[in-house]
Amino acid sequence: MAPSRKKEGKVKATRQVRHEVPVDDEFEMYQEAVKRIVRPDNQLQLTDTELKEEITRVLTGDNPNIPKNISKYNFKDKCYKPDPPGQSEHMAIQFSMNGCSLHHDSEEFKAQEQYQAKKAEEEADARKAMEAESAEAGEELADGDGAEESGKNQFNYSERAAQTFNNPLRERGVSTEPPPIVPFGATITQWEIYDFYMADYAATIMKNRLHEQADKGKKSGGYGSYEEPAPAAAAVGKEEDTVHSAKMENALKILERLVNQNAEDEIFNDFKYWEDASDQFREGEGSLLPLWRFSTDRTKRKQVTALCWNPQYPDLFAVGYGSYDFMRQGSGMICCFSLKNTSFPEFIFSTESGVMCLDFHPQHPSLLAVGCYDGTVMVYDVRNKGMRPIYSSSIKTGKHTDPVWQVFWQAEDLAKELNFFSISSDGRVANWIMSKNELKMEPIMQLKLVNSVKDDPEETSLSGLAGGCCFDFNKTQEHLFIVGTEEGNIHKCSKAYSGQYLETYKGHHMAVYSIKWNPFHERVFISCSADWTVKIWDHNLNYPIMSFDLNNAVGDVCWSPYSSTVFAAVTSDGKVHVFDLAENKHEPLCEQKVVKRAKLTHVCFNEKDFMVIVGDDRGGVNSLKLSPNLRKLHHPVNEEGVVVEGVDNAEVQKAKMDKLLQASDAKAPSS
Amino acid sequence: MSSITEVEETLARIQSHKGVKGVLICTKSGSAVRSSLPPAETETYAALITQLALKAASVARTLDPTDDLTFLRIRSRKHEVMVAPDKEYLLVVVQNPDEGEEV
Repeated sequence: MAPSRKKEGKVKATRQVRHEVPVDDEFEMYQEAVKRIVRPDNQLQLTDTELKEEITRVLTGDNPNIPKNISKYNFKDKCYKPDPPGQSEHMAIQFSMNGCSLHHDSEEFKAQEQYQAKKAEEEADARKAMEAESAEAGEELADGDGAEESGKNQFNYSERAAQTFNNPLRERGVSTEPPPIVPFGATITQWEIYDFYMADYAATIMKNRLHEQADKGKKSGGYGSYEEPAPAAAAVGKEEDTVHSAKMENALKILERLVNQNAEDEIFNDFKYWEDASDQFREGEGSLLPLWRFSTDRTKRKQVTALCWNPQYPDLFAVGYGSYDFMRQGSGMICCFSLKNTSFPEFIFSTESGVMCLDFHPQHPSLLAVGCYDGTVMVYDVRNKGMRPIYSSSIKTGKHTDPVWQVFWQAEDLAKELNFFSISSDGRVANWIMSKNELKMEPIMQLKLVNSVKDDPEETSLSGLAGGCCFDFNKTQEHLFIVGTEEGNIHKCSKAYSGQYLETYKGHHMAVYSIKWNPFHERVFISCSADWTVKIWDHNLNYPIMSFDLNNAVGDVCWSPYSSTVFAAVTSDGKVHVFDLAENKHEPLCEQKVVKRAKLTHVCFNEKDFMVIVGDDRGGVNSLKLSPNLRKLHHPVNEEGVVVEGVDNAEVQKAKMDKLLQASDAKAPSS
Repeated sequence: MSSITEVEETLARIQSHKGVKGVLICTKSGSAVRSSLPPAETETYAALITQLALKAASVARTLDPTDDLTFLRIRSRKHEVMVAPDKEYLLVVVQNPDEGEEV
């Protein structure tokens, strides 16, 4: 037992040594620990010899604690016998534990094998049964039963699961650049669709046409160039100035008219609707309602020398400006006014010389023939704003040498060329033909003086020609026309006989200012003169059938377009006289002063509305509405006093004039 | 050239008419190109009238696609607004129609 003790002591000693090592000493910390042997006090003190003494001990398998001298009574032998301890009694069990292993050759193993085989058989049967069932049901049995068949420890099998790391889930996405999105919204209407189709249609037509042209070019010339119609530059130039475009001009024109209409609302209402109610109570009397006054700043110092309504547009009329004063001649002007815009003329043309007469072509309403004081005749196209006449007579083409007092459009000749007549105080009547590039003159006749004293040859030689002042062409007999002269004579002429007069009517003593055929009766014409009179003639009679003294120079006279017996005359004291011969053969129905301190120079009836325009020598034109009494048509009434329907107005008017003529015929011989 | 002067003259004449408050030319988008109205009024008129004119044109076209609006008059108690629409531009005249009558 000593060595073991020794060992024990040594171990203890080392432990204590370690305890003695000062931990906090820095220096010694790195030093080897010093071994010191410390002996406990109660340790047996032995000498070196004693310590070196060898003691031998033998280990046996006998348990020394088991008694060997036990004796037991033996009943068989009926005596005590020593009983030595058995082999097994020497065994001391230090530790025991039951295992679960079976020995391969043991009975238990065999039993267990049998049991397992039996159990496996049962399970296989059960499985087969289940499979059969599921096969019937058409199902497949889940796998995994095979694990049971593997040789698994049936007794202390424990399932061991290991948790492995789960790989962290990662999502990976790539966002591509989305295709560009443009929101587009529009409301579409039927007309937009229509517009688009129309544009498309026009484009295709254009394309086809260009192709055709290109084809033609190839066929004919070989090098037909395919060219875009390129007024592009011009178009761009126009676009820049939309404010001044033609469209804007048009819009402005309409607006000006509207503004004008708003401002003069009352006058427009009067023009259209107002009727003089007092006419019902005064038989044989009428009145004129002044409407607008047309004038511009540029014409204030000029005299109105001509008036002419447009035959196609009843609201449009042309005014010629010039001067009747020989000493005060200046430039002339033509203004076309419209009732739709009473404040400013639609068209303005300036002429070098004063305008004396105007006439619109009856079939071509834009053509305006103009005669001037210097003897030129011109033709204007009023649509053409170039300010220049499209035709003008010159000395080469034989212009008049004196003022042209009247121009008058004729029906187209055989060559379909437009032509008009002119009369001038140089004593000539000329026909002007509008050929392609110039105005051709054709003399019609020269107005010879008719001598009062036929035997005086001197006078004939001295005096040249009679100054023509006015003329008018018969409505039914085309060749027939009457001419008024400065001398006061009126001549009936024919285009066919250029040399002589068919008839000479003497009655006026001064210049005949105006002469007009009656629009309804082909035999009757009216004349007015500076000798204060207006005379009515039958061209078959060489004396006037009626004469009216108006106490002033009569500037112009005009038949009404609606009644054969109504005419209007203007005098230089600013009065308008309106007569209706069917109502009163001696006195005017209306005598009204319409301008102050101005002479009236011309008068003209509107074809459609019951109104007249009168021009004065101050550059103004006044429009006057005729009251109901001045525009009676005198339709025949039956016995009950009801107007007979269905009678042609022309017939009625002609009959009315016939009646007048008969009355005057009866009176004539006495006068 | 003559067209320019003519347009200018007409504009001047319209403005000088009785009762005319002002003349306004504006684009379809409602911006004034030219105006004789005070600036504030110009703006309102241009903005409002273009809208109305477009609508009116739309009405006319919807009723009959071959038709088109040529003119628009608005008569109020105090004024009359006259609009002449064009492809690109609107011409607007504001007038007080009673002013002329009172004179």
